[in-house]
This record gives sequence, C-alpha cells and structure tokens, in this order.
Amino acid sequence: MKVVVCIKQVPDTKGGVKFNPDGTLDRGAMLTIMNPDDKAGLEAALRLKDQYGAEVTVITMGLPKAEEVLREAMAMGADNGILVTDRVLGGADTWATSTTLAGAIRNLDYDLIITGRQAIDGDTAQVGPQISEHLGIPVISYAQAIKIDGDSVIVERQYEDRYHEVKAKMPCLITALAELNEPRYMTPGGIFDAYKKEITVWGRANLVDVEDCNLGLAGSPTKIAKASDKVRKGTGEKVTLDAEEAVAYIMGKLTEKHVI
Amino acid sequence: MKRMNLEQYKGVMVFAQQVDNQLSSIAFELIGKGKDLAADLGTEVTAVLIGYEVKGLADELAAYGADKVIVIDDAELKDYRTEPYTHALASAIDEFKPEIVLVGATAIGRDLGPKVSARVKTGLTADCTVLEIGDFPLVAIPGKEQKHNQLLMTRPAFGGNTIATIACPDTRPQMATVRPGVMQKREKVEGAKANVVEYNPGFTPNNNYVEILNVVKSVVDTVDIMDAKILVSGGRGVGSAENFKLLEDLAEALGGTVSCSRAVVDSGWKPRDLQVGQTGKTVRPNVYFAIGISGAIQHVAGMEESDIIIAINKDETAPIFDVADYGIVGDLNKILPALTAQIKAVVK
Repeated sequence: MKVVVCIKQVPDTKGGVKFNPDGTLDRGAMLTIMNPDDKAGLEAALRLKDQYGAEVTVITMGLPKAEEVLREAMAMGADNGILVTDRVLGGADTWATSTTLAGAIRNLDYDLIITGRQAIDGDTAQVGPQISEHLGIPVISYAQAIKIDGDSVIVERQYEDRYHEVKAKMPCLITALAELNEPRYMTPGGIFDAYKKEITVWGRANLVDVEDCNLGLAGSPTKIAKASDKVRKGTGEKVTLDAEEAVAYIMGKLTEKHVI
Repeated sequence: MKRMNLEQYKGVMVFAQQVDNQLSSIAFELIGKGKDLAADLGTEVTAVLIGYEVKGLADELAAYGADKVIVIDDAELKDYRTEPYTHALASAIDEFKPEIVLVGATAIGRDLGPKVSARVKTGLTADCTVLEIGDFPLVAIPGKEQKHNQLLMTRPAFGGNTIATIACPDTRPQMATVRPGVMQKREKVEGAKANVVEYNPGFTPNNNYVEILNVVKSVVDTVDIMDAKILVSGGRGVGSAENFKLLEDLAEALGGTVSCSRAVVDSGWKPRDLQVGQTGKTVRPNVYFAIGISGAIQHVAGMEESDIIIAINKDETAPIFDVADYGIVGDLNKILPALTAQIKAVVK
C-alpha cells in the first residue's frame, strides 16, 4: 500500500503575526511549523505504515526552505520526501497550487492521498478537494477516523451536527482534521536517519499534464486587490473588582443597555 | 487560466443548502446578500436547490427573496455526497451561466465549493465576510485595464490577523464561500410562490460516488447558538464540565444560551455545535459573556461582532480584554452565582 501525504510549512500564527513596516507579513520573523491538520494526516499515514507496512511519501510545494518540514516528517517515520519548488510556481492561489501538486503526484503510484483539511495561514480548505478533482478520484473531507477495508477505505466524515461513515474505493483522497489523532514525536534515531536520506527535488519540468497558464501567480484566477492588518474595535473598560462590586458593575451595565 | 467569454455570464446564483429536507439558515443569508449584489448589477438571484424530494422547499426560498429557484431532485442526492452534488451544481453553472456563485462556508460548502470551482475552472475565495461590487484594480493603474462591476471578496487570513480583498477578474463565475451568521437575511414574505425551474443533468454512479454506510447524528440542544440573543460562553478557565452549571444558571436567568471556546470542546466538556470561533460558529448576539476565555484570535474572529461583550477572567493580561466592552478581572466562581441571584431577583 502506498500513501502520499501533502504537507505545508506554515508560520505559527498562534504566537501572533509580525508585520513589515509596509503592512505585509514578515514571514522571516515568524517561527514555522508543520501545519497541524497536515501533521494529523501524516500521523494517520504512519499508522497505516505501522499496521499494514504502507510506504509513506510526503510532498510539499514551497521555497527551498520547506525542505525542513520534509525532514521533520521523515524523522517521524515517512519513507520518502519530495520538494516541489520553482520560481514559476510562486504566488499561486489554491487553483494553481492544487494543479501543481496534482501534476507532481501524477509521477507517483498511490492508493491513498492524505492532506490536512486546511492550513492555518490561508484557512481555505480548498487544495485537498481540488487535487482530487484534477486527479479524478473521490474525496472525503473532514476525516475524524480512517480505517482500511480491503481495497476500500472507511472514513468518519465530520459535519456540524453529525458524521457520516463513508466508504470509498481506493485510490482516494482524504482531508484530515487535527483532532483525528495525536501525532507522534520525532525520535533521535529518526532525526539521524532523516538527514541521511535524500530529498527528491522537482521543478516545473517534472510536473505531468500541466499547462503553464495554470501555474503560479499568472495562472491563479483569484487576485489580491488589497491586504491589510485587521482593524479591531477599540478596547473598552477594564476593572478589577471583588465579587460584590463586580455584580453591581455588571448589573449597572445590563440595566443601562436595557438588557434587563 | 484559459481566457473565457465573460460577457455570456449573468446573474447571481446561490447554493440553497438543505440537510434532512430542511433549509439551512445560510441559504437565506446568501439570498439576502445576493439581492444586494444583484441590485448593484441590475440582475436577479437564482437559488439552486439540490436534494431528493425537496421541491416543496422552493417557496420558502422565494419568501426570502429568491427570484428564481432551480430544483435538482434525484434519489442520488438524498444525503450530501461530494460527487453527485458537485455534478449537480457544476452542471447548473454550465447550463445557466451565472456571473457570481455563492456557497455557504459550512462543512458541506467548504467541500462542494472547491470541487465545483475546479470542475468549472474558475477561482474560489473561501470564508468571505464582506462581499461588494467594485472595480479591479481598486485604483486605476495607467497602462492596465481597470475592470468594473467585479465581485470584491473580503476574508480573514492568518488566523484572523489580516484581512484580504480578492477579485476573480478573468474567469467566470466569480465564486465565494461565505461564513454563516455574517450576512443578513431579508424579511420573510409570507405566501410567496417560487418561480421554479426543474433541471436534472443525469446521475450515473461511478467510483467517485462514495457509499454512506451510516449517518450518526450527535445529540444536540435544540437552540442554535447563532440564533441566540444572549450567549454565556465559557472557556478553559471555567475549569470543568461540572462547573458549566454556573454558566447555565446565568443563561437561564437571562433567557440566553450557553456556548464555549474550542478548548472546551477539545476537553470534551461541551459538544462541537456550541463552539464559537474560526473552526466553530460565528455569532453576533446582543450580549456575549466571555467567561474564563483567554481570547485567542481564532475565538475572537467568531464573536467580535457581538453588540456588547462582557468578559470575566482572573488573568488581567488575557487578550479577551482587548475586545471586551466591559472587562472584569475577577473570580468567576464567586461572581457568577451572585450575579445570577441578582438577575433572578430583578427579572421576577
């Protein structure tokens, strides 16, 4: 069984975001991490490796620096790492990104492709389903549990108020939720091995069945008209009170605003 | 992207999401926003109703303002599955050629939207919070064509730290998923009759049609937190599932509803449908109590539009105080019971 996991190196938005003086994001000043949903997807793949001896290939599209996230994945247990990097791929929206990744994955044998549901920088949740569309395979989004059943996969697909237990024939693409599992840590031996292994680097020339007009900034149908730091409403009052004073204070506000 | 003939695309199309043959609130919200956009463009709003035995819902869409309702009714469409729904909506787009397509940013729409946009080969902007008609580029640039009557889609990114406005100038339709709870529905017009167009592109199951083995519904409170006027919302600082009793008592005294932060759901104290925030629901009640909620930016993104925000937290540096109208640094375990008692005395 062969599993391909798409992962992304993202700025760690939890610690706040840093801006350049011109208002653009200062990516250099922010720590980077493996996107959390992708990490859960990788863990799911590694469990298939533990259970069925699956071969796990991680693939990422990004700057040469994104090699770090592949090394991390290999230190966790992934067998192969592929970095798709090329100047002409820069500035891609989800259409161009999914076109690129599909073009790279066409070089590979796979039974299952796993992506994270969404990345914490863009939060779009679009790239996984779009890859499945380019490859013509079924997609099951928002997976909260995955198991293998012969030549099929059975997934718990989460919705707001329910889940569907869904069965699909492989090959198939699954998008993983961070709550799918608790990802394992890298092991010292794994880290050592990961740095001995070769990372495969692919560029534009390695993409299969992809037209130039669908790549990078120029091939992206969506264009940014404007981007800015979010303007938040001003801070209100802040008071430190004991319980009795606090109750009187809140009652005053609720009465003043005609809530009670 | 390949060049398209943009002129032949006209009108606003909205995906009228239904689950268990009940229309989702987002369907009406999209019609409401669609009407504003259509007015600016001098065109109409068409709702696309996809499901099995759903034709009876068409009048309700008309009551909220849909000028036309395309009904795609087929046994393959009973429960949501990606492939047949994608086929339905993408076929409707090819057939009726709208210039704008709006889909709710729900667990269904965030799967359907990207599949449909890839199939009809256009762009999609996710989780929009503002939609308007305007020029692209926003300001004319010498030597570059400025296009008018474009859909300008504004959305948060980087966990709510930035906002971006995005256009889709060269392909049609211009597609957006829209966060539930952000756009306003129109006043319902009782007795409205829908102008129905029945359409069926044909459904032939293939490998992409997955099989639903089981539908497992979670036991949910009947109250949707998105409809609540008063929310008493708790975070990790509440301390335990049992301690939510304090919040429930306060909510009951005020005629409100309890909601929570992601940390509470992750700890298993409350079910997911009560979660407010980027990965939960967007709420805008009249009063939002943030109790023991630190105020991570992902949480704030889901509640900052509330009319009045009252925060109680023992940590005076908690970021929730940056968005609260009234912030109290204090002990929720002492404040809440006393507050509930006082409110009961007053309301009586």
